[in-house]
Amino acid sequence: MTSVLVCVKRVPDVGGEVALTADAQGVDARHVGFTVSAHESCAVELAVRVAGAGGGAATVLTLGAADAVEQLRSALGVGCTAATLVEADAGAFGPADVAREIAAVVRAHEAQGRGHDLILLGNDAADSGDFQVGIRLAYELGRPVVNGVKTVEVSDGMVTARGDGPDGVETFRVPPPAVVTVLEGGVEPRYPTITGRMKAKKTAVEILAPRQAPAGPGRVRLTLPPAQPSHVEILGHGPEAAPAVVDLLHSLGVAR
Amino acid sequence: MSAPVLVLVETGAGGVTEVSLETLTFARGFGEPVHAVVVGALPEEVVVQLGAYGVAGIHHVTGAAFDAYGAAAWAAGVQAAAVEAGTVVAAGTPRGMEVLAHLAARLGVAMAANAVGIAANDPLTVQRQVLGGAVLEETRMPDRPAVLTVAGHAVEAQPAAEPSTPAVRRHEPEIPAADLVARVVSTEPAEPDRSGALTSARVVVGAGRGAGSATGFDGVVELAALLDGALGVSRVVTSLGWRPHHEQVGQTGSRISPEVYIPCGISGAIQHWAGCASSKTIVAINTDPDAPMVTKAGYAVIGDMAEVVPAINAEIRRRRG
Repeated sequence: MTSVLVCVKRVPDVGGEVALTADAQGVDARHVGFTVSAHESCAVELAVRVAGAGGGAATVLTLGAADAVEQLRSALGVGCTAATLVEADAGAFGPADVAREIAAVVRAHEAQGRGHDLILLGNDAADSGDFQVGIRLAYELGRPVVNGVKTVEVSDGMVTARGDGPDGVETFRVPPPAVVTVLEGGVEPRYPTITGRMKAKKTAVEILAPRQAPAGPGRVRLTLPPAQPSHVEILGHGPEAAPAVVDLLHSLGVAR
Repeated sequence: MSAPVLVLVETGAGGVTEVSLETLTFARGFGEPVHAVVVGALPEEVVVQLGAYGVAGIHHVTGAAFDAYGAAAWAAGVQAAAVEAGTVVAAGTPRGMEVLAHLAARLGVAMAANAVGIAANDPLTVQRQVLGGAVLEETRMPDRPAVLTVAGHAVEAQPAAEPSTPAVRRHEPEIPAADLVARVVSTEPAEPDRSGALTSARVVVGAGRGAGSATGFDGVVELAALLDGALGVSRVVTSLGWRPHHEQVGQTGSRISPEVYIPCGISGAIQHWAGCASSKTIVAINTDPDAPMVTKAGYAVIGDMAEVVPAINAEIRRRRG
């Protein structure tokens, strides 16, 4: 029986132009939807697979506003069976604060007799891009951490994780309880089924308050990179443009 | 004496990696002496290269604990070398991010990922990429040492005006057993056509939703081959299962910086732009003249990739005779 905790973050689903809030502290998300990062979608998928293979359970956790329940329900819809919301303004929490809050939840669950053998996170959040919450969490809990892997499985009492290193695919093997952060690309996240959605709606979400006041992320302000005026030179329309393209490739020294 | 900036240097077959050379260049911008820390082997050519980049002192961390890679052990090694450092910097690579995140957690200090500039020195405020580089954040870093990673291609690698002869100091720290639990137990060599070829290619031909289906890639694959380049695709292509994930360019894929990038049928969402913004020249092929990829490109052809790309291939073959 493997109990897995997977951590996600509600982030604005920006694709094209990004606008900032008037106080330059956040992304203006009035006109966009919300999602979790691609890495976290894969972490949820791996959590469900690991829990399923070991006859265990996967719990999904987030720290965020009440709206973040939407992201918890998505994970419940694909096979997580419990959910915890630490209700707080995520923007006021730095990576060390978030790690401390997750650790507090893990300890609380442990005290209730439902400790987590494996904690999965995304390698980095799509918005704040801090690249450190999983590692800080591991230090908070005194557990080993493997970072940036594409697959993870638990067998024979060991956690095996694989990811791309500079010289090839690297394998790590650590004893549970452990923390593993996930990169997109190793698994295909499943879509929720109708029954999955129904279950997700009915599952009660555990709502907790943060344990301590956050130190904050150190953010002074956000800025948009200077807009580059378009200087595009149109080489032509349709296949007739091919000679102009090949001329250009020759002048750039990349065509033989 | 002022506190040095310590740079975690990564090395490969060609000596110091390009991103580490960029990071050394960035580190000189603090106006303090630059020191380097190298974990594992320290070939003489690396010492010479570091001297050319103005490194005053090299901390060589060595010992059996570093035979296999493990981030906690690496961080313990960097920590041993960082006693006098006011700032610790690494390239924003997976290794650089991971080791410095461990270091920051061990020291109880903040870490800023993907810095692109120094906004102020006192108090230290860095500018860093968030949202895959679509937004910049100014972050205050009051802790000492300040720990940060430098985004790839944020600066161009430039040797120092005055080369130095770095003094090498050897460290063989005792690494506690707890820091050796998570280390690489085996490595399977990557297939030659994996993402390594993509990130080092001089020419990348990109393809996005405009390919239309899994069978719509013959033209771009041929163009990539004709230009001795690599194929890179947008996220929609891999999530639809049209092409494998290791070909993905973007925030959650590879970051490329080729001489020429030829994105075909890619609209240019910010997540894709995050991976290709460092391309020297972009030649976009798209049906939509207002697509972000077209307006941000240096050159563009307005048209359907299914017609334009085969015509380019035919033209290249024709000129070769």
